[in-house]
Amino acid sequence: MLTKRIIACLDVSGGRVVKGVRFSQLCDAGDPAELARRHADGGADEIVLLDISATREGRATLLDVVRRSARELFIPYTVGGGIHSLHEAAAVVEAGADKVVINSAAVTRPELITEIAYRFGSQAVIVALDAKRGSVTGRSEVWVAGGTESTEMDVLAWVKEAENRGAGEILLTSIEHDGTRTGFDCELTARVFAAVNIPVIASGGAGTTEHFIEVFRNGCADAALAASIFHYGLHSIRELKKNLAAEGLPMRLPC
Amino acid sequence: MIAIVNYGAGNIASVKRAFEYLGYTCTVTSDPDLIERSDRFVVPGVGNFQTTTLLSTNALAPALARQVSLGKPLLGICLGMQWLFQFSDEAPGVLGLGAFTGRCQSLPAAVKSPHVGWDQLEICWQSRLLRGIGSGGFVYFTHRYCAPVIEATVATCDYGASFSAAVEDGNIFGVQFHPEKSGETGLVVLENFCTC
Repeated sequence: MLTKRIIACLDVSGGRVVKGVRFSQLCDAGDPAELARRHADGGADEIVLLDISATREGRATLLDVVRRSARELFIPYTVGGGIHSLHEAAAVVEAGADKVVINSAAVTRPELITEIAYRFGSQAVIVALDAKRGSVTGRSEVWVAGGTESTEMDVLAWVKEAENRGAGEILLTSIEHDGTRTGFDCELTARVFAAVNIPVIASGGAGTTEHFIEVFRNGCADAALAASIFHYGLHSIRELKKNLAAEGLPMRLPC
Repeated sequence: MIAIVNYGAGNIASVKRAFEYLGYTCTVTSDPDLIERSDRFVVPGVGNFQTTTLLSTNALAPALARQVSLGKPLLGICLGMQWLFQFSDEAPGVLGLGAFTGRCQSLPAAVKSPHVGWDQLEICWQSRLLRGIGSGGFVYFTHRYCAPVIEATVATCDYGASFSAAVEDGNIFGVQFHPEKSGETGLVVLENFCTC
């Protein structure tokens, strides 16, 4: 049976894994290659590495990190953050990523989705979007620039377009839920799930085992992504998966 | 030496890394001469069946067919496995290698396509390729088309309907899943191939 995936996300800046505390202070959470390996050994179904620095110096460091971590990682490995061109996507794929995540660049120039899909296959393109309810319209809109600027684009219209242009998966982050550890936005996840035929990865808000149960059951998510709750050992991924399996959710176990 | 056939279908570096991790020497090549001199062959690939025409236009297909007829082992991965069959509905008119009989078809309409993620193998008979792997073992899939269940099917996967997850006939092997991305189970498959 096809299992629900638990994805460990590493936010990387300057070659180190970092984690924001209430969106501001960043604290060091370790070496990306080592953490990626540890998460893979710990039962993660997939690893996502996001470059949050996105500076030119950061880019060269990032490629080195991707290369180092890919060497001993034999589960799907996704890299994103600051990818604006086919050239930049190709660089991370050549460094060892199986899939690339594009976010605001896809909004600015949707053709990029098709370009990467044509070159590396749709399975290699994850379109990420940050969603938030518009204060005027009340509907869920796509936000860019780190969640500070609304494009006023409707989330459902955008995911459909992304799929039509060749996206292989959707990574949906709820800005309102991100970092709160109060649970995923299950309602929006379910609506996105119904709108597209490609897998939907839910992100933002993971705090407890219950949250994962909700997002898989009520949100219909194909995968759930979390970062900090795994790094600091608040949750062992293997324990989490055992608990989810005990609730009847299909999980890759033993892992 | 293992030759990983590069015909422009997606990223194949991860396949090379996995073999190197296991301690085997391999080369990524699109040179038919180098293929003639290699001991084992891997045809990876993602994307559309149409892409496999590049194997024919670059004289790779005849070189591979010749070497395989000499008994050298060949492993097709994902699209590379589908190419081992005769045809695919994804690109009608394009011929596969025809080492296995049948036509690849799209996944059933009742399930979400593509089939992405970790799914389970159902072992049909004890093969050399899947030695040490039991029914229920998890491997990573990402595909929209699949190969039919035939006599040479050594493992199936059930997603809407049963399809060939792995095939084996003599020195010709194929896997629909990605062994290079299937953790320890996948590494066992690659190791088995290297010792077949």
